[in-house]
Amino acid sequence: MTSAYEPWNEARGAEIIAEHAKLEGATLVILHALQEAFGYVPEPAIPMVASALNLSRAEVHGVFTFYHDFRKAPAGRHVLKLCRAEACQAAGGDALAARAEAKLGVALGNTTADERVTLEPIYCLGLCATAPSAMLDGRVVGRLDEARLDALVKEAQR
Amino acid sequence: MTMRLFVPRDAGAVAVGADEVVTALELAAEKRGLRIEIIRTGSRGLYWLEPMVEVATAAGRVAFGPVSAMDAASLLDAMTADAPHPLRLGVTDDIPWLKRQTRLTFARCGVVDPRSVEDYRAHGGYRGLERALTLSSDEILADVTASGLRGRGGAGFPTGIKWKTVAQASADQKYIVCNADEGDSGTFADRMIMEGDPFVVIEGMTIAGVTVGATKGYIYIRSEYPHAVEAMNAAIAAAGRAGYLGARIGGSAHSFDLEVRVGAGAYVCGEETSLLESLEGRRGIVRAKPPLPAHKGLFGRPTVINNVLSFAAIPFILDNGAKAYADFGMGRSRGTMPIQLAGNVKHGGLFETAFGITLGELVDEIGGGSFTGRPVRAVQVGGPLGAYFPRALFDTPFDYEAFAARDGLIGHGGIVVFDDSVDMAKQARFAMEFCAIESCGKCTPCRIGSTRGVETIEKIMRGERVLENLALVEDLCNTMKFGSLCALGGFTPYPVLSALRHFRDDFGPAPARLEAAE
Repeated sequence: MTSAYEPWNEARGAEIIAEHAKLEGATLVILHALQEAFGYVPEPAIPMVASALNLSRAEVHGVFTFYHDFRKAPAGRHVLKLCRAEACQAAGGDALAARAEAKLGVALGNTTADERVTLEPIYCLGLCATAPSAMLDGRVVGRLDEARLDALVKEAQR
Repeated sequence: MTMRLFVPRDAGAVAVGADEVVTALELAAEKRGLRIEIIRTGSRGLYWLEPMVEVATAAGRVAFGPVSAMDAASLLDAMTADAPHPLRLGVTDDIPWLKRQTRLTFARCGVVDPRSVEDYRAHGGYRGLERALTLSSDEILADVTASGLRGRGGAGFPTGIKWKTVAQASADQKYIVCNADEGDSGTFADRMIMEGDPFVVIEGMTIAGVTVGATKGYIYIRSEYPHAVEAMNAAIAAAGRAGYLGARIGGSAHSFDLEVRVGAGAYVCGEETSLLESLEGRRGIVRAKPPLPAHKGLFGRPTVINNVLSFAAIPFILDNGAKAYADFGMGRSRGTMPIQLAGNVKHGGLFETAFGITLGELVDEIGGGSFTGRPVRAVQVGGPLGAYFPRALFDTPFDYEAFAARDGLIGHGGIVVFDDSVDMAKQARFAMEFCAIESCGKCTPCRIGSTRGVETIEKIMRGERVLENLALVEDLCNTMKFGSLCALGGFTPYPVLSALRHFRDDFGPAPARLEAAE
């Protein structure tokens, strides 16, 4: 299995941080950029961000842990996000989420043992008129039913 | 002659196969030696008909939908021969669902190419800014105030007053911030307009900058909206190239720059002070007010922070005059509201109309009831913090005050429809759970109250001391409502209490019987 992400590399991390450090309020921008490159925010990067922005490590750690998006470890090879908010609940999302959990053998918020699929809840993709909806590695899918969900799960497991 | 086709690039259309339809159309055209040009527009907002394909004809655009990739060949044949087709919907503008709307803010959405400034201008774009550049700050403020426009994010604060406060503040730097952290389930109007007509948002923000003397703006878009981020970035670059952003905009003495910032999955960042914290690179912790953002906002500077739809309403007002906008609506709710019909609804989508239409008209007539065909039992209006309305209250007109009078809110204009299979105790529990997950943690009623709320509703669902626990939930809701710092903790009681009040049967044994037994 090859990953779409680069392995953690301090020099590369420093380069990414330096690229954005001059922006007003750069912390989130940098954390996003690090995660985009490495697939997660490696722990050694936290003090580097702090030093570049003249913040304490605690402050950067606090920002990193506040937001649901940032990962402290790499996700599975594919990330399947199921919308769990009200509009999708109204359209049968609960049963589909249970079905996905059963098919993958993991609860929402976890990665399969073979590290192929991370299954996550997401609170609203804004596709509420074509509910229930999901996102597989950034690709949006609406009007989910059992067959469409099964196909998505299968695709994620590949 | 080249045939011009229009297919949305809107995420909602892409989610149901619009990209595959485009590929299939291109392939089928090539096979037929047909020259076609496909313009990727936004969505018209008739989502049950997406992917919708339109073709330019002498009679105007003609629509087909919902189209799948397999229909591409037969569609092209029908278009070239002007023959009937089972998916043909007729002239787009004559589709009753669209015709019945009053599209002021969304007039161009689904019509124009969202990547093209020229197309935007060809459809009346930038006329508002051009007029604003001939006016004084006070004259613009007078127009915005007279239009009656109120913040479309949910709070409904008069936009003119907010802008005036910032205009009157003196500072070395002022900011314009667009709140595009549209986290409410059942709402997608911000996403649609950013993807389908991003220049109208840019124009509205630019007018705000010119009015209050701000030279820098930020659009804070949630990370769940990658298509909107892409569309806004492309539009900002295009507007810059055309001289509508940067130094000396439109040849005037004003400068205005815009930048997109992406959120990171925190619902609370839709709250304006939390959003400002996040923009500054911190945890999205709510600030106590005062000071108001208009006095001390982003980086402590005077800041206009408005929702996407508020900014998007501005160009029309400046172009057509305050009266043209204020003539629509009822009471203190002036103009139009882009209402979003979502969830278990037959005809889901965006319906922009003047305030005053009733909830029943929206759900039953326009929405067509549930898509499962079962009776509609409840609708949640205004996102996760909005109240659940039973059919008995379907006569409520869509208006800020009318909804408040019935212990609800219109919020950002989203309506989520549920059929009779819904368990309202479960929905009430979810409202508390969502608050617990998303609470920023600063104030106790929200941080602790939401967790206790989940536990107590679970006890009720298990049948444990139902009456006592119901009383406890009501008490807890009052604490949260009056003791929380922001709308997250303060409004979570709306869905909980409305579920309790209107759907008591779902919460364990009926109180009367239980009391008698005790």
